[in-house]
Amino acid sequence: MSVNPPVEDFATDWDHADPEWVHDPYPIWQDLRERCPVAHTERYGGAWFPATHEGVAKIANDTENFTSRAVIINNGRPDELDMPAPIGGAPPITSDPPFHQIARRLILPALAPGPINALEPRVRSLCVDLLDEMKDHEVVNGGMDYAQHIPPAVISRMLGFPEEDEELFRSFVHQVVNAIDQPVEQRIEQFQPIIDYFEIQIEDHRAHPRDDLTSYLLDVEVGGEKLAIEHVFGTMILILIAGIDTTWSAIGAALWHLAKSPDDLARLVNEPDLMPIAIEEFLRFYAPVTMARLVNKDMEYLGCPMKEYDWILLGFPAANRDPKVFEDADKFIIDRLENRHLAFGLGIHRCAGSNLARMELRVAIEEFIKRYPRFELADPEAVTWAPGQIRGPRNLPIRILA
Amino acid sequence: MYHERGLVKVVIDAELCQGHGRCFTMAPDLFSFDDLGSGVVIGDGTLNDETVALARLAQLNCPEHAISIEE
Repeated sequence: MSVNPPVEDFATDWDHADPEWVHDPYPIWQDLRERCPVAHTERYGGAWFPATHEGVAKIANDTENFTSRAVIINNGRPDELDMPAPIGGAPPITSDPPFHQIARRLILPALAPGPINALEPRVRSLCVDLLDEMKDHEVVNGGMDYAQHIPPAVISRMLGFPEEDEELFRSFVHQVVNAIDQPVEQRIEQFQPIIDYFEIQIEDHRAHPRDDLTSYLLDVEVGGEKLAIEHVFGTMILILIAGIDTTWSAIGAALWHLAKSPDDLARLVNEPDLMPIAIEEFLRFYAPVTMARLVNKDMEYLGCPMKEYDWILLGFPAANRDPKVFEDADKFIIDRLENRHLAFGLGIHRCAGSNLARMELRVAIEEFIKRYPRFELADPEAVTWAPGQIRGPRNLPIRILA
Repeated sequence: MYHERGLVKVVIDAELCQGHGRCFTMAPDLFSFDDLGSGVVIGDGTLNDETVALARLAQLNCPEHAISIEE
C-alpha cells in the first residue's frame, strides 16, 4: 500500500495515504476537529487539513488566497506537472477566476439536469444488465461486479470513447487519484499511456466528428476562436477521471451501508418516496471526494503560518460530520430533513457532474434493492477502501438473503 | 399562516446559487433549473400554506444559503 512511513500524530504529520486514514478516517477527523482544528503535515512538501465545516467553507470560497491550479496532492511541486493559473491542466476544476467561469460554462449545459435526466433509462438498463449477470450468485461483489461498471459506461458514451475500454479508464483513474504517494518521476511516466490514448481519441474525432462531448470541445468557440488543444485535452481528462471513481465510490458506500444496516434497507425498500432524502444522507455521510488547493502566498490564515505552494486538503467529508452544523453529525439518519451537505463542494467549483452523480447513485441503489431487498456483508473484514482523495469501497462482498 | 400577514415569496439569489440542484430535486413543483443547471423559482414564487413548508425545507438544504423566503 502506502510507501510513506506510518503516521504517529495526525495533527502534525497527517497523511491521507496512511492505512489508518484510508480504513476509517472519521475518528481521526473528529479528533482533529477537537484538537487543532487545522492539521499540518510536512509530507507532500507541506500541507494543511482544515477539519471543520467553517475552515473548509472559508477556503473553498477564497479564490484570492488559494488557487485550484493543482487539485490532487502529490509529491511533486505544482509547476512540474501543471499548466499555470488561471487555466491549469484540467479546466475548469484547475482554473481560477476569471478564466474558470469561461471554461465552466462550456461544459455545464451538457451536465445540466435536462440532458442528464435523458440518460436515466440507459443507466437503469445498464444496472439491470449488471444485476442479470450476477443472477443466482449467493455472494456478489457490490464494488467489482456492480458499482465500478456503472459510471465508466456513462462517461465513455458522453465522451464518445469505445465502451470496451472501460478497464483502461479505471487504470487511468487509479494512476491519477489513487497512486498519490508515488515519486513524481514515476507519476509523469505512468501518465504517458493516458496522453497517448487521448491523442488517438482526439484524432479519431477530428476525422469523424459526432454528437458527443469530445467533438463539441474540439468545435466550440470562445470569442471567435477554438479552444487550445491543451484545454480540450484537460477537460476531457477531467470528465473521464472525475466522472468515474467518485460515483463508483458513492454507489459502493451506499451499498456497504445498507448491507450492514438492515433497518435502513427495509425502510428504503418499503418507502420508495424516501429515496431522494436518503440519497442526500448517503452523500453527506459517505461523501467520497476531497479536493486540494494551493496556498498563493505566505500568510497567517485560520491561525496557521501558511507558505506559498503549501497544499490544502479540503475535507468536504469531514465538514459533513461537523457537529456544529449537523445535528447528530456522526449518525446516519436516513430521513434527515435538514442537510446542507458539502459532498459536491462549495462555491464556484461545485462538482460540475453532480446531477449525473446523483442520478447514477439513485438509479443504482433503486435497481439493486429492487432485485435484492435483503442482503448483508459477506465478509466485513474483506472490504477494502480506495486510498487518496476519493474514498469508497473497492472489494465489497455482499451475501444475498432470501 | 404566513400569507395572512401578506404575500410570501421564495427567491433564489442567482449570485449565490452554484447549481447544487438540491431545491429542484427536493421540491420540483416549486423550483426548476436553467440551461446551466442553476436553480430557478417556478412562476413568481408566491407560496401558500402548503408550499411554504416545502420552500423552507429547500432553504434548509441549500449548501450555499441561496434561498430566502420573503414576506
